[in-house]
Amino acid sequence: MEQALLYAATLGTLACIYAVLTLGLNLQWGLTGLMNFGGLGFVAVGAYTAALLTAQPSATHVGGFGVPWWLAWPAAGLAAALLAFPVGAIALRLRADYLAIATIGIAEIVRLVARNEDWLTGGPLGVTAIPRPFESLGTPMGQVAFLLLVGAVLAALFAAAQAATNSPFGRALRAVRDDEEAAKAAGKNPARLRLHAFLLGAAFMGLGGAMMTAFFKFIGPDALEPVTVTFLVWVMLIAGGSGNNWGAVAGAFAVWAVWAATDWLAAQLPGEAATRAAYVRLFLIGLALQVILLARPKGLIGERVGSPQR
Amino acid sequence: MLEFVNFYLIPGLVLGAIYALSATGLSLIYGVMRFAHFAHGDLMALGAYVALAASTGLGISVWASIPFAAAATVPAALVADALFYARLRRSLPAVLLISSFGVALMLRALIYLLFGPTPVTFPLPIVPPLVFEGIRLQPRHIWIILGAGVCALMLHVILSRTRAGRAMRAMSDDPDLARISGVATAAVIRLTWVIAAVLVAVAGVFLGLDTQLQPVMGFNVLLASFASAILGGIGRPWGAAFGGVILGLAEECSTFPLRDGAPLLEPTYKSAVAFVVLIVTLLVRPQGLFRGMI
Repeated sequence: MEQALLYAATLGTLACIYAVLTLGLNLQWGLTGLMNFGGLGFVAVGAYTAALLTAQPSATHVGGFGVPWWLAWPAAGLAAALLAFPVGAIALRLRADYLAIATIGIAEIVRLVARNEDWLTGGPLGVTAIPRPFESLGTPMGQVAFLLLVGAVLAALFAAAQAATNSPFGRALRAVRDDEEAAKAAGKNPARLRLHAFLLGAAFMGLGGAMMTAFFKFIGPDALEPVTVTFLVWVMLIAGGSGNNWGAVAGAFAVWAVWAATDWLAAQLPGEAATRAAYVRLFLIGLALQVILLARPKGLIGERVGSPQR
Repeated sequence: MLEFVNFYLIPGLVLGAIYALSATGLSLIYGVMRFAHFAHGDLMALGAYVALAASTGLGISVWASIPFAAAATVPAALVADALFYARLRRSLPAVLLISSFGVALMLRALIYLLFGPTPVTFPLPIVPPLVFEGIRLQPRHIWIILGAGVCALMLHVILSRTRAGRAMRAMSDDPDLARISGVATAAVIRLTWVIAAVLVAVAGVFLGLDTQLQPVMGFNVLLASFASAILGGIGRPWGAAFGGVILGLAEECSTFPLRDGAPLLEPTYKSAVAFVVLIVTLLVRPQGLFRGMI
């Protein structure tokens, strides 16, 4: 019973964190048409920021500063937005695909810094013993309380994303995405609107990264994998329905359920076959993306045009 | 001076030749189909691994296995186009980009499944370098630079002297005008894939010869390939080739010990050079050196 509760809390927590990442990508791609293939970079910066702020002082990396989580998590979102700012300011003035290429570069640079700047990040050793909120409640109640906290953050961010989507700001973003010239003629500044959406999405990803490190209590250069943190989030958004926050969350939960189930199935296989199963799953993410793009381009819950989204 | 030639200039030219081969294909695809092909790097890795399998399986030299590499990448590109890209041709370029991203994951998964994750090297006999006046040349480096030159020459003949090549350039300049002028766009698109896939197969084998083979080898140079294509002016194959050589040289020279023995840039940050070149190009001259599309 206790084991089952722990397992359920783990899956639920990760599902909520992925939903936060998907909401962030939805602000960028779904609402504004900005392609970000460097999600890992923003998640990692948020993760390291929160980790260094909340951890206890250590000789192997800068800090930690023992800051409480409720200060460190917003700082993580801010740090990710700060990373997004210069690149967004440069690449967003140009065509959409240039941003996609530039974001791969950001992710690569963040990885290089995390691996090589030992004084800052602890290098390959990473940052360990990151405190997790409510862990004093013990197992499994601590995990359940943490799940509730992450769920509350998701709910708050969802409300914020909905408010942004339905506000004049959200309408202007969609206008820029669908017809830049018309938006300009209506007196909107496309470059600035795009930059705002890009920063906001990056902040969501940074906050997601902060929650991930608190959950795993560890961050290192290889702790976050592009396969899940970047690619799987894209599949979640496309499957759920880009442009719709409900779709983003539904896609995140549905794809995460399938991902976790296949992970469990693969773990039942003997050694060598389990490794191969991981590659089969990678193939299936790619295939799933194609099938959705071809068969159901609007996703599970597509964007509703015209009426305000509820 | 000799040290500069041996350890920076020649490796830079070799890397530049590899980037040029990859970026030229990217630029052609962009010109004809108007989308950034994110599966290019993984196509490159596929070529390299098939060449490895052919050379070890058949006991032939690595150089002779290049046609086998192309025989894998060309059908892979054509199948991906027929199954996925062709059906999305009417959507936004962004959707094609996402689709090519999916193809990249599928190709990488296949490489992992067939060849495993461990880095491997081509079985190449160890030969002493040729020495001219203190300049040391590895035979494989000479072959890589010559091979890239031959590819460039063949591409030049195809693009400028054949009807199909002219049709390709026409479509790149103005797709609608090309279509109403009677250019068989479907055939041009197929030809573009064949050329780009052959070039990237050669690039993959050369990259494997220069360093080693690993499933993410191609994805690791994708950013550099795009940066080369954009530096040269996207849609301009010659620009992409030139951009590739410049970037290769810049990457290798970036670690040159100019300041009292300390390298300009720590070697561990070498792969950041491509990003810097990309950002500077976008800032200073977004159309690229040779006036590509913006």
